[in-house]
Amino acid sequence: MTQVGAIARRSVVRTSRQPAYIIPPLIFPIALMFVNAGGLRASTNLPGFPTDSFLAFALAVPFIQGALFSTMNAGTEIARDVQTGFVNRLSLTALRDWPLLTGQLTGIVVLGVVQVLFYIVVGLIAGVHFESGPAGIAVLLVYGALVALSFGALGAFLAYRTGSGETIQALFPVLFVFLFISSMNAPRNLIGVDWFRIAATLNPVTYMIECVRSLIITGWDWQALALGFGFVIVLGLVSLWLASNALRTRMTRT
Amino acid sequence: MEPGNGIEVRGLVREYKKGPRAVDGIDLAVEPGEIYGFLGPNGAGKSTTVHVLTTLLPPTAGTALVAGYDVVNDGPKIRGLIGVALQEAALDPLLTARDHLRLQATLQSVPKLQRETRAEELLHRVGLVEAADRKVSGYSGGMKRRLDLALALVHSPRILFLDEPTTGLDPQSRTDIWNEVALMRREAGVTVFLTTQYLEEADVLADRVGIIDQGKIVAEGTPAELKAEIGRPSVHAIPRTEEDRPKIAEFLAQFGEPLASTRDVAVRLREGLGLTDIVRAVDANGVEVADLELHAPTLDDVFLAKTGRTLEGAAEEAENVGEESRRA
Repeated sequence: MTQVGAIARRSVVRTSRQPAYIIPPLIFPIALMFVNAGGLRASTNLPGFPTDSFLAFALAVPFIQGALFSTMNAGTEIARDVQTGFVNRLSLTALRDWPLLTGQLTGIVVLGVVQVLFYIVVGLIAGVHFESGPAGIAVLLVYGALVALSFGALGAFLAYRTGSGETIQALFPVLFVFLFISSMNAPRNLIGVDWFRIAATLNPVTYMIECVRSLIITGWDWQALALGFGFVIVLGLVSLWLASNALRTRMTRT
Repeated sequence: MEPGNGIEVRGLVREYKKGPRAVDGIDLAVEPGEIYGFLGPNGAGKSTTVHVLTTLLPPTAGTALVAGYDVVNDGPKIRGLIGVALQEAALDPLLTARDHLRLQATLQSVPKLQRETRAEELLHRVGLVEAADRKVSGYSGGMKRRLDLALALVHSPRILFLDEPTTGLDPQSRTDIWNEVALMRREAGVTVFLTTQYLEEADVLADRVGIIDQGKIVAEGTPAELKAEIGRPSVHAIPRTEEDRPKIAEFLAQFGEPLASTRDVAVRLREGLGLTDIVRAVDANGVEVADLELHAPTLDDVFLAKTGRTLEGAAEEAENVGEESRRA
């Protein structure tokens, strides 16, 4: 646990010393949310739209968008450790592979929770009412941690597998496609284009957004929660398995 | 050999997939408390040997015992006993020296109560007290190397591996590192396995030197022994003009075997001849030279005698091969 703590501390310290890794994941998703909320406010008048506040509807998006930023940043950071030989340095200590991965992911989760907290505070200041109340906010923080863990593990896998920060940055737009082909800007029942609605329905990111959204605008929607938690847990388990295998290969020692 | 601090290698081979045999059946033994210099040009197999001995790479064949433990079967035990500064300093530019030392001490399982004291002690030792709380990104090459050395020493290792610790450093920083390595051996009896491509470094620092070329050890012994093998000094004549060069070469050839040199005309003197003999002959025959120098044998001469190339030439050759394989 001491080793996990030391690696997590390094991860947090590194990020805290790079404003470029803190500010964009906080500001850009929120800025995009306000822009969308301004432009798409009229869609709340559509019959079947689940809320009369587009801001409340859109607040779920930064949770996932911020996690994608974190994925890219975490992946780039880990890839840099591979490229500079820092992983070799760690390999030469008594550190085993799982505390390294756990430590790095703990750092990512800490930052992920800070991000979620920021989005919640911005939402509250902007007048968003959280239907699920304080308990729902607590669940949102837990969910934010899980999303950061799952996406962070995905970033770690890509970093250990490729060892290239450039490759990870090149993959970033691909991950963003998943965000855009989802129910990010409209509830699925109101998406008029068939192929888009089908793609959004097949896209796991949709259920992650709907899970967060349900806690904000519906209250306790157990189906949305089950799907959201289910998908993020599956993604997390698969990503962790892939990342730990890639790390084991990367940290080959006798 | 006392198993505690030594290194023993027998028939060590390391092949890379689709690549050359980087290490080709080397044997070597490093005594406890000894500084062993592993000298060779780029691409000779020095770093691959270090990676095998430090458990980062498994050998393809052969055996290697470090501190009495087998590199294949006892990796974790070896890692607890050795300190390593690899060729790339691999420091985190966003952390300070103190952050690095804390992290390394924790990962090397230094007891919590001793970590701060050990960090302070090492910062003093490598002269980084004033820079201890500055980010590494602002450090000079020499400061990074000194920090790297301190990190390798955090857990008081019995054997230290230094892979080209002074490459790219200015003369002052190089001397600082040499002094520090010599001090560690003197005070703590640490065994040092040092790779280098600098003749002077091996000459000044190492008790014994192994010369490696194309994956094979071509010579081994103390610097004095190796130079004594070559034995005879060389005379170097600097021509006044380029036109004089062939005439001087022809003249000097009667005193010994010619040596390859672009700067001057050189011969390895035959047994029993000295500089005065050459000066007299030059004077008597009216040969025009700008200067005459007598060179005692160096490790480069040893390398030349064993491989037919100079260290510098071998390094260029390795770079060209690397460039060609990159193009291919």
